[in-house]
Amino acid sequence: MADEVLRAPLVLEYPFTRTTGAVIGAFLTGLREGVVLGVRRSDGSVMCPPLEYDPITSESLSELVPVSTTGTVQTWTWNGAPRPQQPFSRPFAWAMITLDGADTPLLHGVLVDGPDQMRTGMRVQLEWRPQREGHITDIAGFLPAAESATGSPGAVPAGVEEVRSVRTPIRMEYTYTPGRALSQYLRAMKDRRILGDQCPETGQVFVPPRGVSSIAGKATLPDLVELPDTGYIESFNITRVPIKMRPDLTPPYVSAWIVLDGASVGFMGLGMNVAPEDVRVGMRVRAVWKPDDELEMSAQNILGWEPTGEPDEVIDDYSRVGRLQGAGES
Amino acid sequence: MTVGSQRAAVLGVGQTKYDTTYPGSMAGMLREAATNALEMSALGWDDIDAVIMGKAPDFFEGVMMPEVYLAEALGCVGKPIMRVHTAGSVGGSTACVAASMIQSGVHERVLTIGWEKQSESNAMWALSLPQPFATSVNAGAGGYFSPIIRRYMMMTQAPELIGCMVALKDRRHALANPYAHLHQSDLTFEQVVESPMLWDPIRYSETCPSSDGACALVLGSETVAEAHAGPVAWIKGTAMRSESGSFGGRNMVSPAASEACANDVFAQAGIHDRRKEIDAVEMYVPFSWYEPMWLESLGFAEKGEGWRMVESGATSIDGGDLPVNCSGGVLSSNPIGASGMIRFGEAALQVMGLAGDHQVDGAKTAVGHAYGGAAQYYAMWVVGSEK
Repeated sequence: MADEVLRAPLVLEYPFTRTTGAVIGAFLTGLREGVVLGVRRSDGSVMCPPLEYDPITSESLSELVPVSTTGTVQTWTWNGAPRPQQPFSRPFAWAMITLDGADTPLLHGVLVDGPDQMRTGMRVQLEWRPQREGHITDIAGFLPAAESATGSPGAVPAGVEEVRSVRTPIRMEYTYTPGRALSQYLRAMKDRRILGDQCPETGQVFVPPRGVSSIAGKATLPDLVELPDTGYIESFNITRVPIKMRPDLTPPYVSAWIVLDGASVGFMGLGMNVAPEDVRVGMRVRAVWKPDDELEMSAQNILGWEPTGEPDEVIDDYSRVGRLQGAGES
Repeated sequence: MTVGSQRAAVLGVGQTKYDTTYPGSMAGMLREAATNALEMSALGWDDIDAVIMGKAPDFFEGVMMPEVYLAEALGCVGKPIMRVHTAGSVGGSTACVAASMIQSGVHERVLTIGWEKQSESNAMWALSLPQPFATSVNAGAGGYFSPIIRRYMMMTQAPELIGCMVALKDRRHALANPYAHLHQSDLTFEQVVESPMLWDPIRYSETCPSSDGACALVLGSETVAEAHAGPVAWIKGTAMRSESGSFGGRNMVSPAASEACANDVFAQAGIHDRRKEIDAVEMYVPFSWYEPMWLESLGFAEKGEGWRMVESGATSIDGGDLPVNCSGGVLSSNPIGASGMIRFGEAALQVMGLAGDHQVDGAKTAVGHAYGGAAQYYAMWVVGSEK
């Protein structure tokens, strides 16, 4: 179907660093040493996992107390399809578990063969990971325990190195859909054609197309317009140092606002086949396309923009970018 | 002040020492700033009616809905909490929203706070997220703003080293502010000029640092402010504006939203001659050239003349008639989500007479300013020592 909206997976991930602060740092230090710590509130009750600030009174909390590695399930639910990085790779129960010596529950996994083996009030025993580093994942999970089972709280040895920060990798998986207008644009890209869309009120032409005109607050016209692959440079940046996030770009390189002939707005493109020192505001450029057999439905088909050698575009107002009025020059 | 609204004032300003890494947790960092603000305002947690917080995009630290996690640290259990989000201008918009909670008569005492813990993440990554089907040659904010600065330079024919003068001035101002991140006491003009070009025409020394930090304000109603023993900063006007980041013929150097925001806030405050009547300005200058650009856009200088104010020393605390960023500004400390609120808070400290070693003598009226996104969100306030 020609007008089908494109879809593609999009993964965003980053290993965030957390500075723990004293309370969470002590809790994580305890985990590394095989001890679970809670924090005492002013009414004498113990919260585990601990919090830095009291959830009722907002007081600062600091008195850490060891609790047991055995506890009682307060409530639970079955997880029949575990995802990566969850406590167990085969189906397990999520449970709210109050450890002996604590007054609040923690959420973790209990490994049993099926939901029929789970019940509220059952006793469970914490399982440590063999290699511990001072991270919440030092707790592998929980296993059923005998009614009479009681663990010992233990104590964190004096003088051990405190955990001060932890890595928390976060990963999110999306399905990205570029929308109707952009999908048409991407399909045309495969044929080396550049499409834009038009504001119904001002006639302004947007490339890439947006589906909506931000100045009129209305949908753009349904028929897209084709533009040439030539234009001019409105302004530019020269990145002169390596950018860690972009190992594919070798400095110095030029990123320029390209306004196509007939377009009202610019987009950022890579300067090609020209020394950065020779790039000018107003310079006429044309697209450098990938070879025919490498063309895809992607804006990446245009590798960059090279000078045409034509006389520069005359710019009479350096504050304004693009064209107030719409198509007509193409 | 908007017609029909109640007066509001700043009673307390609290900050953390801005640094590469705040040694405690995110919650602890906010707690410290809030505690400092409460202390100055001589109020306790129980006195606060509501908490209004703001920070930059969640991707910057990877904490989703931080307002939920932080409620306890901010004494907000059982109270209204609200988060404001307008990219880099958020610290300013958050203060405006907090002020409106009092101006509207809804609350008497509001705690407002902005923060960022850049050490936990990488803003460059967050600003350069990949997107399928697309091509991107941009990396970070500098790559976006450098072409705009280039256009300003071409438009005004400003001397090439004006940006370096701003950078050196703000770093010198920072030496008198104990909270500033950068304290480069030996920095020379030559070092600024010779620092590497990053995003040509922006040099390394013309960019802001990556900082951890929080800034909190306690705002009170007229009744609360008049009962307060210490000095207060009366809020004479607040304004926010936004515009689309890209449309044909957009004025990128002085966006319409920026000018409209300034016109609105100065009209509310009854300011006619902006340069003459304003004693100190804290404006959002993450890249040095934005000082002359905003001087023009906010109406402190004629179009094309902002750089002349910089060149003449008019914006320096040492003898200038319109000292800009006496705190050292964003160029000396940039905990992104807090940066706007620091501008608003530092403006308040100036008219309260509590700015310490970077106090402008006798400052009666000051401006706080912030911008964000693709130079598309604006927030400003005018504060005064007199009601």
